[in-house]
Amino acid sequence: MAFNIDNKDDKKESIIIIKNLDKHFGRVKAVNNVSLEIKTGQVVVIIGPSGSGKSTLLRCINYLETPSGGDIWVDGIHLTRKSKDINTVRREVGMVFQQFNLFPHLTVLENIILAQTVVRQRSQNEAVEMARKQLARVGIPEKANVYPEQLSGGQQQRVAIARALAMNPKVMLFDEPTSALDPEMIKEVLEVMLNLAKEGMTMVVVTHEMGFAKNAADRIIFMDGGSVIEDTIPSELFTDPKHSRTKMFLSKIL
Amino acid sequence: MNDTRNSASTQVRLTNTLAGLPWWLLIVTLAGLFMIYSFYTDKTYNSIFGFLKAGLIVTMRVTFISYAIAITLGLLTGLGRVSKNPIIYNVATLYVQVMRGLPILVTILYVSFVITPWLMAQINWVGVSLANINLLSPDNVLAKLGDRSAGLNVDFEVRAIAALSISYGAFSAEIFRAGIESIGRGQMEAARSLGMNYFQAMRHVILPQAIRRVLPPLGNDFIAMLKESSLVSVLGVQDITQLGRLYSASSFEYLKTYNMVALMYLIMTVILSLGVKITEKRLSTDGF
Ligand SMILES: Nc1ncnc2c1ncn2[C@@H]1O[C@H](COP(=O)(O)OP(=O)(O)OP(=O)(O)O)[C@@H](O)[C@H]1O
Ligand SMILES: [Mg+2]
Repeated sequence: MAFNIDNKDDKKESIIIIKNLDKHFGRVKAVNNVSLEIKTGQVVVIIGPSGSGKSTLLRCINYLETPSGGDIWVDGIHLTRKSKDINTVRREVGMVFQQFNLFPHLTVLENIILAQTVVRQRSQNEAVEMARKQLARVGIPEKANVYPEQLSGGQQQRVAIARALAMNPKVMLFDEPTSALDPEMIKEVLEVMLNLAKEGMTMVVVTHEMGFAKNAADRIIFMDGGSVIEDTIPSELFTDPKHSRTKMFLSKIL
Repeated sequence: MNDTRNSASTQVRLTNTLAGLPWWLLIVTLAGLFMIYSFYTDKTYNSIFGFLKAGLIVTMRVTFISYAIAITLGLLTGLGRVSKNPIIYNVATLYVQVMRGLPILVTILYVSFVITPWLMAQINWVGVSLANINLLSPDNVLAKLGDRSAGLNVDFEVRAIAALSISYGAFSAEIFRAGIESIGRGQMEAARSLGMNYFQAMRHVILPQAIRRVLPPLGNDFIAMLKESSLVSVLGVQDITQLGRLYSASSFEYLKTYNMVALMYLIMTVILSLGVKITEKRLSTDGF
């Protein structure tokens, strides 16, 4: 599904707009003057060497990191330090972490219910129904009443995805969702993500899984040194990278 | 050859098993049983126990009430110690550092003889002022506070409880802080990324996990407080220790009185520390 991101005729609106984003940690410029627009329904994969600022960029989108400069709009809301806006945006943006970060003191079902009742103020019944629906969607409806520690890594990550989906997010952010998994479990998680992409979810995915990028991504971004080096469609990036740094990186991982 | 090795290793195993038994508990129990036996046969012990019974209730009352206030104070202060708000953080830290730097006995004396009279004087002043501008009658409660003849003095047991509470509030604050900090950063991030605010995340995600981890150290704090509550005897509060002092001074039965005093504390602390050990084991088998 090739399309030109600069196409003026593209009717889809941008759900995420990033302008001149900077994030410094002391003297380290983790994100350096990044501008991006992501349209509703797009699946964007971000790749790049370790320390290139992929996670930091992702975490700025839901303000887990406070930007040092620049502006971010999510679904029309300008993110400032105001905690009200931040919490509103976080409600609309689901995030999946490398380390799953399930709540170990709660069962799988309770993990998925908690934010629904506390944040979305859904009734218990509504929340349970939604939780079961999402568990079925990620393929483990039978695990509702176990604790996270009793699950395999792949199952835990699928619960984490279900937990984020239960909030009806408009965007899903994934930060290396399969990097902590044994090879045989990577596939089951990628399958869930592929289905999400097919259903039209807007996704920003940091990953080293080039297979996923080729199959699911509308767009692939290569980052290095905190900057976006290349921003194009996957087939182009893999067959005809424009920058020498991209070529070097691809030659190492492909 | 094989035989001797076998018997040697059996012997080692036996020694290990014997060494591993809780002999100390056996000795304490035997001592306790022996003393309980002598209470029934020995008239002096019997009358000492009768005299100290009232003190047992005072000791328990002081300990329980102080502890309840202390962990409430400690939880709030602990949250202040991990707060990103510089004012809250510094107020909490100042309190913790000051209280941890003072001997508890000094805190008890200070609260009882400096802070309480000062507070009472301030309240009196408000009462007298209000009476002067005819808002209250001249003998209103505020103006009379501190008047012993009117029975409106702050009881020394209350002062003792206040002092123990603020002391132990600081100790348990550090326990709560360590507990909260032991929960990985990812938990807070996951909660926040689901749209929870800081307090919701604390209440539903961080604290439920942290509190499980701090139960054993909090239990040890309770035992420490039970023992340290004996310091309130300097205020004349009639706890076990104070009654023991009174009894021994008038009867000259020092040995038997303090045997009794020591045993009463020991029975309580040994039972409590076994309870803490069991809780610890339970929690460690639970995993997180
Ligand atoms: N909390 C932090 N404090 C200080 N420096 C940080 C922090 N987080 C990230 N950095 C630094 O910012 C830079 C970018 O880090 P980031 O985690 O975004 O990279 P990444 O592309 O996600 O790398 P990886 O592939 O290893 O996850 C690195 O130099 C890192 O050391
Ligand atoms: Mg990263």
